[in-house]
Amino acid sequence: MPDSDIDTLVEFVGVQKSYDGETLVVKDLNLKVARGEFLTMLGPSGSGKTTVLMMVAGFEPATHGDILLDSVPINNVPPHKRGIGMVFQNYALFPHMTVFENLAFPLQVRRMGKAEVESKVQRALDMVRLGGFGHRRPGQLSGGQQQRVAVARALVFEPTLVLMDEPLGALDKNLREEMQYEIKHIHENLGVTMVYVTHDQSEALTMSNRIAVFDDGVIQQLATPESLYEMPENAFVAGFIGENNRLMGRVTEMNGQSCLVEVDAGGSVQALAINVDGVGTRTTLSLRPERVTINPAEGSCPNVFDAKVEELIYLGDHMRTRVSVCGHDDFIVKVPNSSGNVNLTPGEMVKVGWMAEDCRALDARE
Amino acid sequence: MAEAVITAAPTEVSDAVNLKARLRSATARSRRNAFLLTAPLLIMLLITFIVPILDMLFRSIDDPIVGQAVPRAAIALEDWDSGAGLPSEEAYAALVADLAALRTGGSDGKALIGRFATRLNFEQPGVRSVITKTARKAPKLKEGPYKDALIKIHKKWGQPEIWAAIQRLSAPYTVVHFLASLDLHYDVEGSIVGQPEMRQVYITIWLRTLYISGLVTLLCILLGYPVAYLLATLPQRTSNLLIILVLLPFWTSLLVRTTSWIVVLGRNGVLLETLAWLGLVGDVDRPQLIYNMTGTIVAMTHILLPFMILPIYSVMRGISPTYMRAARSLGANPARAFYKVYLPQTVPGVGAGSILVFILAMGYYITPALVGGQNGTLISNFIAFHMQKSLNWGFAAALGAILLAGVLGLYWLYDRVVGVSNMKMG
Amino acid sequence: MKRSFTTTAVAAAGLAMLGLSTFGTAQAAESITVVSWGGGYTQSQIKAYHEPFTAETGITIRSEDYNGGLAEVKAQVEAGSVIWDLVDVELSDAVRGCDEGLLETIDHSILPPGDDGTPAKDDFMEGTLFECAVANIVWSTIYAYDKSKLTGAVPKTIADFFDTKKFPGKRGIRKNAKPILEMALMADGVASGDVYDTLSTDAGIDRAFKVLDRIKKDVLWWEAGAQPPQMLADGEVLMTTAYNGRIFNAQVVENKPFVIVWDGQVWDLDLWVIPKGAPNKETALKFIAFSTDTKRNAAQASYISYGPVRKSAAPLVSTHAETGIDMKPHMPTAPENFKNALQNDFEFWADHQDELNERFNAWLAK
Repeated sequence: MPDSDIDTLVEFVGVQKSYDGETLVVKDLNLKVARGEFLTMLGPSGSGKTTVLMMVAGFEPATHGDILLDSVPINNVPPHKRGIGMVFQNYALFPHMTVFENLAFPLQVRRMGKAEVESKVQRALDMVRLGGFGHRRPGQLSGGQQQRVAVARALVFEPTLVLMDEPLGALDKNLREEMQYEIKHIHENLGVTMVYVTHDQSEALTMSNRIAVFDDGVIQQLATPESLYEMPENAFVAGFIGENNRLMGRVTEMNGQSCLVEVDAGGSVQALAINVDGVGTRTTLSLRPERVTINPAEGSCPNVFDAKVEELIYLGDHMRTRVSVCGHDDFIVKVPNSSGNVNLTPGEMVKVGWMAEDCRALDARE
Repeated sequence: MAEAVITAAPTEVSDAVNLKARLRSATARSRRNAFLLTAPLLIMLLITFIVPILDMLFRSIDDPIVGQAVPRAAIALEDWDSGAGLPSEEAYAALVADLAALRTGGSDGKALIGRFATRLNFEQPGVRSVITKTARKAPKLKEGPYKDALIKIHKKWGQPEIWAAIQRLSAPYTVVHFLASLDLHYDVEGSIVGQPEMRQVYITIWLRTLYISGLVTLLCILLGYPVAYLLATLPQRTSNLLIILVLLPFWTSLLVRTTSWIVVLGRNGVLLETLAWLGLVGDVDRPQLIYNMTGTIVAMTHILLPFMILPIYSVMRGISPTYMRAARSLGANPARAFYKVYLPQTVPGVGAGSILVFILAMGYYITPALVGGQNGTLISNFIAFHMQKSLNWGFAAALGAILLAGVLGLYWLYDRVVGVSNMKMG
Repeated sequence: MKRSFTTTAVAAAGLAMLGLSTFGTAQAAESITVVSWGGGYTQSQIKAYHEPFTAETGITIRSEDYNGGLAEVKAQVEAGSVIWDLVDVELSDAVRGCDEGLLETIDHSILPPGDDGTPAKDDFMEGTLFECAVANIVWSTIYAYDKSKLTGAVPKTIADFFDTKKFPGKRGIRKNAKPILEMALMADGVASGDVYDTLSTDAGIDRAFKVLDRIKKDVLWWEAGAQPPQMLADGEVLMTTAYNGRIFNAQVVENKPFVIVWDGQVWDLDLWVIPKGAPNKETALKFIAFSTDTKRNAAQASYISYGPVRKSAAPLVSTHAETGIDMKPHMPTAPENFKNALQNDFEFWADHQDELNERFNAWLAK
């Protein structure tokens, strides 16, 4: 959605952050978070995403620029007056209080009446299906239960914005997936705005309305999960989200939306010109493994190359096939396990082909 | 089928028995090794810790001297009612016989007279010389009436007090030391009454010991808590350096640390000289900061501070800063977040530090002895006095036993209120 | 193998013990342990007694310091492992230790006659030879002041010590009932000959404490003999009771402007005693005889201002070993100093020390 149309809740205007006065951890961040949106900041560790979250929460001051909440600059508002809910990486449940007391805490500091506190806490606990656990201490709960209490506590005082800092990092895989859906459903039911930080792309893809991919203190791409996967705009995003084959080469011909790239090891590839400056520039070609066909029908794709099967890994629904092509021996092809597919053997010579639309010519970084 | 079940059952039972036996023999070796490894420590604890404490407890009630020294008099006084006048002629005769036997009984007998006289003198001041004098003359008293003869030797033999003391102390065990520790004693009729006011010391000293220990603990919390907080929040490298500064005093002798306070707080010490230079105190009329309770409290607080800082620090180190952040994000201002979230989590450290400091303070000796002066000395100084100067070891043991019981009692109370398992030493 | 090892071990242990005990006795013949009060006093004994004794007999002397009292002696005797051979004690302790069988009796016939041929029993001052103890010096509790701190009138009598109107300032006093109660009575006008009779009555005790009440708020209490000269030097107190030798040392060796007021001095004895069961009793007796002969008794006064107990030694007291000043006027027993002097009554204190110290402590605590 175009920026100008959205009902903005949080806005970053030229925000910079440096801890040591030498290097910028966040470089010139401009971002609008829409009301009711689930926005995920995704990136490797050290990419600056958590720092951004901490600046919103008020625990780290921005070195430069403004953060606006509901169009009001909050740079000088202390954390406790921002009214933002937050779920921490290790939950930060107060160990000396019961679950009930943990949830009652934000209500009590807001001087809410006893009856109201009780009903709100109970409702929040019911929401995370922990209605009967109010008298327990956090230490007596499992990891997943603690996680749900933490979510309930961040929501119980009905903030308009909830920040989550890698909240599922400490859970094992099954529980993590279950919790992803649970948080997603809570988000859908309450309509609260959530800004979520993670380094786990599948988590980001599952839950988010939009994902901001961070690297090196800069948003590399801000888009919906689908377009992020299908249409990465640079080599970093393409590499970070999902699996991707990359071929290095040089642009030899520009042709409107498409271009011709000469791959370093020889051979010419037709591709979509996404992030190239013109003829002669170096480029990374990005290609999803599932978009490659083994032994394509004659004339069905513009890009066909000879390849040698190096390795086969049986994965049930598909066969992960590693081939060497155009001088790269780590080229992956996903061969669906459907009837009528050829049986490959290592060492066999085959042809691989793909469509020009599936092959994106991106920046030559790295 | 049924038969098979019946025969199988006993086999299982006996197997179970065998299994237990096998398990026992399998673990016996490792248990024996574990015991042998700890045996030197256990033996050392027994010899250097348990035995002396038991010996102290025993000494505090053990009182065999009078019974040993004057057995005949003890028997003769058995049925005497101390409220009804002087004892009978037989008791006088028995005492003379006892003393004469001791006097002629070689050096051991003479030593026993001395100990008997000293022992009695603790109860009845001034009778020591009466006993030694009488003992010297006893072998010459060949025939009665002994009563008149003794009263002629010293008029105190004509008063019931000395006889009541002999009667009371002739039992091999006694609680007089414990009574004296609480400013109580037996009167001549054998009932327990308070000491006359001018001899009441120990209640005051016990209360003062409690007061000073409590105050020192409180000051250590007030001073140590912020320091521990600073140490816990600084980067590890910096705080490790500062921890060395906290521990530095441990590498200096207690005596040096105490006497350095004399240099600081003395009449012409650093502090008062500076204040006088600033014109805040006069040259002549300066406040007394040392050789009194103030000096004791200041020096003890300084010396015991590390014992407070370290447990609090180690507890604080384990408290993630995200708790405070969480509290802030939930709407609590810094003060409330600290009070409601941080402080309660440090209670185990404060509790451990407090009990450590309080117990150490209760038994503090050298510092109050050096800087305590008139009103800054504690119960241990009196224990030392009775150990070293008055040689009333039974009394010193009773004071020590009460101190020990008090400390254990406080520990029990702490366990009930806070829970010892809740305590973190480091 | 095993048995031979055990046998060897037992044999070795036996040999070792044999060796140790031989070594022990050899050691015993070579040296004795003499215990005294430390500081300048012990130094004077080392110079005057120990060194000449070792030179003459070849027996070395281990000198140890202690703080007075019979606690260690009692502990050693009761435990049956006496390691001290000779102890320098106060009179009341000598009497009491003897009474309680903690000390060896000493046959006075071992003491040599005076240089002028007077038999020992007549040469020693009256009341200086006891069943278990032989006195070596006369020392005195006096009070002293720092003349540099006073302008105009200077204190001259014992009454001046208790008069804070005439001489405002702090007073240092030993934290013990003895002998400040005697001094208080003398200051209140009781003749020295009547002091102990007065103190034997309740009214007399009350009277002494009333005098002490007058200066109580101005008193700093000391416990170790080294403290009073230090307190005077530091300006902590204007005047203080002290052992005369300590003040002498400060005056003469350290050149402090201290003045001793001899009026109302309470003199006492230091005596040699042998703990019961001392390992080297015979040598200890030899040392007593040696150190209390006329020459040695006079010689020790060259190092510290404590008076000899032998009449024949008094005229031999000469000059200070370091500074060369005449020692006679510094002796407690010098006629000038001895005009209003009281001898500490050990019999009184043996009877009343517990009672009076208790009352003294109670008075202090109030």
